[in-house]
Amino acid sequence: MKTLAFLAGATALAVALAGPAAAQDESLKVGFIYVGPIGDFGWTHQHDLGRLALEEEYGDRVETTYVESVPEGADAERVIRQMAQSGHDLIFTTSFGFMNATANVARQFPDVKFEHATGYTRLDNMATYDARFYEGRHVAGIIAARMTESNIIGYIAAYPIPEVLQGINSAFLAARSLNPDVEFRIIWANTWFDPALEADAAQTLIEQGADVIFQHTDSTAAMAVAEEAGIYAIGQASDMREFGPTAQLTAIVDNWAPYYIERVGQVMNGTWEATEVWGGLGTGMVQMAEFNEAIPEEVAEEAMAAAEAIAAGELHPFTGPINRQDGSPWLAEGETAPDDDLRGMDFFVEGITATIPN
Amino acid sequence: MMELGINPVALFAGLVVAATPLLFAAIGELVVEKSGVLNLGVEGMMIMGAVTGFAVGVSTGDPGWGFVAAAGAGAALALVFGILTQFLLSNQVATGLALTLFGLGLAALIGQPYTGIRSPQMPSVFIPWLSDLPVLGRMFFRYDPVVYFGLFLALAVWFFLGRTRAGLILRAVGENHDAAHSLGYGVVRIRLAAIAFGGACAGVGGAYLSLARVPQWTEGMTAGAGWIALAIVVFSAWRPGRVVLGAWLFGGVTILQLNLQASGVAVPAYYLSMLPYLVTILVLVIISADRRRASLNAPASLGRPFHATG
Repeated sequence: MKTLAFLAGATALAVALAGPAAAQDESLKVGFIYVGPIGDFGWTHQHDLGRLALEEEYGDRVETTYVESVPEGADAERVIRQMAQSGHDLIFTTSFGFMNATANVARQFPDVKFEHATGYTRLDNMATYDARFYEGRHVAGIIAARMTESNIIGYIAAYPIPEVLQGINSAFLAARSLNPDVEFRIIWANTWFDPALEADAAQTLIEQGADVIFQHTDSTAAMAVAEEAGIYAIGQASDMREFGPTAQLTAIVDNWAPYYIERVGQVMNGTWEATEVWGGLGTGMVQMAEFNEAIPEEVAEEAMAAAEAIAAGELHPFTGPINRQDGSPWLAEGETAPDDDLRGMDFFVEGITATIPN
Repeated sequence: MMELGINPVALFAGLVVAATPLLFAAIGELVVEKSGVLNLGVEGMMIMGAVTGFAVGVSTGDPGWGFVAAAGAGAALALVFGILTQFLLSNQVATGLALTLFGLGLAALIGQPYTGIRSPQMPSVFIPWLSDLPVLGRMFFRYDPVVYFGLFLALAVWFFLGRTRAGLILRAVGENHDAAHSLGYGVVRIRLAAIAFGGACAGVGGAYLSLARVPQWTEGMTAGAGWIALAIVVFSAWRPGRVVLGAWLFGGVTILQLNLQASGVAVPAYYLSMLPYLVTILVLVIISADRRRASLNAPASLGRPFHATG
């Protein structure tokens, strides 16, 4: 018996010794394709924090690489293919515009696993993940409606895709429900990242009377302009407080790290499947940054209560009656928006005066 | 205009500011091209200026030193291009493109510790009586000094190229470097000076983004402004006056489309975003319709390598 125990112990030791070496060989190669620079302090920055969390969590067992500022289009497919060819096991492509490129490469590399953020195309080896940013924008909409004095809220939007439209509609509905005089001025930037243009857009909105600015673009330029002009703004994707210490009311913060850690773990133990995940305030994939001290106590409580109700599933930001911009009914009294409607959202709700470029 | 909620005075003030980085970069590139060198690295030099200007501006607390340092950084990077193309006779187009990529990468590296820091306040020139004028004050007399300097620079370049002997020599080098060489002018030396000047201007243009217009350092913040500056030089048919016009047109169309959108005018945003480029193409077509004039204006030796023989 003793001998056996000794042998078993020796084997365990041998395995333990071999462990790190084996892990070296078999370390999981995880690649990330980013649409902006990791230093944007917005969208891409948050994804990169997720990547760093992977390294922290798994140490030698993962090897991560990334390519930043990849344009959406033909180049994206080349970069993704390059990554698939260079021995990556799992590739995250983190922008809506990478969807078709990811799917094309995924079909050619059935052994490589792909994860595409914010899209809807799924394959056997291509999962999608997304966050309900609109839940955070509902909370921000409440704060904006209470804080605006001019009743003009500016909104810098990137592209008219469902994710962005959900955000505008959600913020608008929340704001209008509390303050019927609120109006939204919307500028389509047609880019995710162009600090100079975003700054100009913010400046233009301020000239036109906006005193709270939302953004759904990725740089911190609008926040810096708001700070300079002495008005308020809502941060996007990342806590932008250091760029607008007095301007930032709150920010809708994307927290990808737990998801990335979970998915990499599933690849390691062979349980990964091409799932569809849509997290939100409830799962912690969307978080609200600390509220600005200028927000009165009762407003902060009101907003916090809404955030908690959404997280608990008691409140849906899209609860009827809601009409589309053209007056046609969308949701009946008490009805909440089905996920499919949200995923395909291509309209403004009633009350928004801006137009959607087609 | 007023019923749309667009304030034409604010619109004008906005376009002048938006045009300033382009103006600097384009006026510098114009001098470079007039000397017969095509430097496609404007974007790279701009971003180096943006990061250096911001870093120095923050550490000295004085944006003025930031601009000086930005000019130095732009010129230094331009001289790398100058040495490669003028002494080692590398291909100008390829070297210029490489310069952009190198500049973007190096700037990102240098800029790492400077993200999330606020820039020092830019002083506005406030002229006691003029700045208080109801409409004209806002339109003409309330900018920061760099805006005025940009316009002064355009005027100075116009005077230099058209009215001075040194400018004539520079143009001669750009038109026919062999002839200029045979007359005893140092073609390489003159071109290096032009390249350095172009780099310094691009650097100041970049620093205007990070110190005044945005104002913060963000990786990749020039976002294509260098390429637009290159287009403006062609658009201007190599004339300083038209460079100002071109920069204002680009800045103006950008600001106008933002204003139209914000005031809810139902003009499709894609077309609005396209406008600056459409206008450039249109102007290029008009200019090149008169072939004689177009060929008169482009420096004849533009982009051609020069090797002194005999």
